[in-house]
Amino acid sequence: MIAFDNVAYSYGGGDLLSDVSLRLAPGSFHFLTGPSGSGKSTFLKLAYAELQATSGKVTLFDRDVKSLSRDDVARTRRRIGIVHQDCKFLDHMSLAANMALPFTVSDRESDPQDMKDLLGWVGLDHLADALPPQLSGGERQRAALARAVIVDPDVILADEPTGNVDWEMSLRILTLLVELNRMGKTILVATHDLNLIRQAKAQIQARVLRIAKHRVQLAGADL
Amino acid sequence: MKFPAAKPASPSTRALQVVPPSGPTAWLTTFTAGAMTFLCVFALALSLASGRLADRWSEALARTATIRLSAPADQVQIQTDAILSALATTPGIASFRAIDNAEARALLEPWFGPDLPVEALPIPRLFEVVEANRGYDSEGLRQRLLAEAPGAVLDDHTRWRRPLAEAASRIRLLGVLSIVLIGAAMAAMITLAARAALAANTEVIRVLRLVGAKDSYIARAFVRRFTLRTLAGATVGAAAGMAGVAALPAADAAGGFLTGLGFAGKGWLWPLILPPLAALVAFLATRRAALAKLKELT
Ligand SMILES: Nc1ncnc2c1ncn2[C@@H]1O[C@H](COP(=O)(O)OP(=O)(O)OP(=O)(O)O)[C@@H](O)[C@H]1O
Ligand SMILES: [Mg+2]
Repeated sequence: MIAFDNVAYSYGGGDLLSDVSLRLAPGSFHFLTGPSGSGKSTFLKLAYAELQATSGKVTLFDRDVKSLSRDDVARTRRRIGIVHQDCKFLDHMSLAANMALPFTVSDRESDPQDMKDLLGWVGLDHLADALPPQLSGGERQRAALARAVIVDPDVILADEPTGNVDWEMSLRILTLLVELNRMGKTILVATHDLNLIRQAKAQIQARVLRIAKHRVQLAGADL
Repeated sequence: MKFPAAKPASPSTRALQVVPPSGPTAWLTTFTAGAMTFLCVFALALSLASGRLADRWSEALARTATIRLSAPADQVQIQTDAILSALATTPGIASFRAIDNAEARALLEPWFGPDLPVEALPIPRLFEVVEANRGYDSEGLRQRLLAEAPGAVLDDHTRWRRPLAEAASRIRLLGVLSIVLIGAAMAAMITLAARAALAANTEVIRVLRLVGAKDSYIARAFVRRFTLRTLAGATVGAAAGMAGVAALPAADAAGGFLTGLGFAGKGWLWPLILPPLAALVAFLATRRAALAKLKELT
């Protein structure tokens, strides 16, 4: 699905990430952890082609990211559900319209009842007409997740999906992610919440990637 | 959980405003388009009117000439005969006639009043010459008259007609040039406004990119908005301009240039082309600006 081969990345200055090689197999569930500023978000941006590797090769769905045209990138994004760390929405449109956005931008739409069901799945059906600035942090996180999965993507990349919610809400979001993984989705979640990782490991086969000293390594069973 | 099924978007979904309306700059575009189109209507009217004038002047004036004969009383009849025979034998003249005293009096009446003693005045005898299509050799005729009727002067109007007709067609050209310049200025303004709108919406564009929007989709959102605004502004501008032109005094009696400034007959259809044309200009300008700017905002 997603493969990194000897990837290095720098924003200018020294390498933030270097010598990263790994493969996310279809249907796998990975956590990405590491201290704040270690490059978790950067890694995800490389994985959805917002950033291009300084050196090395990133492969998305068997295609070298460097060879993708701008339109190809757009098409590839429709196979990847992205939950951004800061959960950006279009503030002038209702929550329901924001959720439908991945369809809208490809000139498609879905049945209103299906949309309602999806909102119900993340527990936001009562807020369909609310504007994004009116939502709480946890509601935004769940809305972002619903928007990410609406197009039935093969891969879900979530950056701190439980970043600013309490433990109960974290568990609720984790349950949604686990459910998606059970449906066969490949999932990568960046988080620094070790409790969340432990909780997930109790439910499914999840592996943990840790960023340390600019490298991304598979962490041992002990975390 | 089940994933929503997708179907092709309905027109209302397609028309969804994914870019927030941008307040004052929106009005700027509409206003610019309106003002520019208003100006265009006048440039067009000027252009059409001067075109008509140029045609009329070179048509009507080119076809007639006058011969003026001032000679001592005993010479008048001799030279009149000489002139008439010279005209009869010059190729390229469709018709000619001597203007008799009654007609001369009628011509002079507006200036001197009805009691004019024409016979007592040394007014010249006049001959009207109407040119045939292929024209005659005016210099040759002039030479011949000099020899046979030394008191005759051929006045073929060209001396003052040509510069006038030329000026009129020059004005027509200037009118067309103004329209082109106004169009270019409008394109430039709309390009600026579109770039500003894109720059003000980088966050929106980021979100759209994240959910898989292509550049063409994002550009379309801006292009549609600017095209519609321009169309609205230009329609109002064209209507106002046409009303202004219609309110000008009618082109009759005096027949001067300014009063002839307006649209005649089918000419009224020309300004109707302006709003769609302005919209087309806006469409192309915004599209170009948007696609270029989107490449910049990676
Ligand atoms: N656009 C940018 N230009 C320059 N430096 C950047 C840019 N984005 C991120 N950085 C730097 O790169 C480093 C890694 O940033 P990144 O956002 O990937 O960290 P992170 O692991 O996601 O952190 P957090 O856990 O706080 O979200 C940081 O030091 C950050 O300052
Ligand atoms: Mg981050």
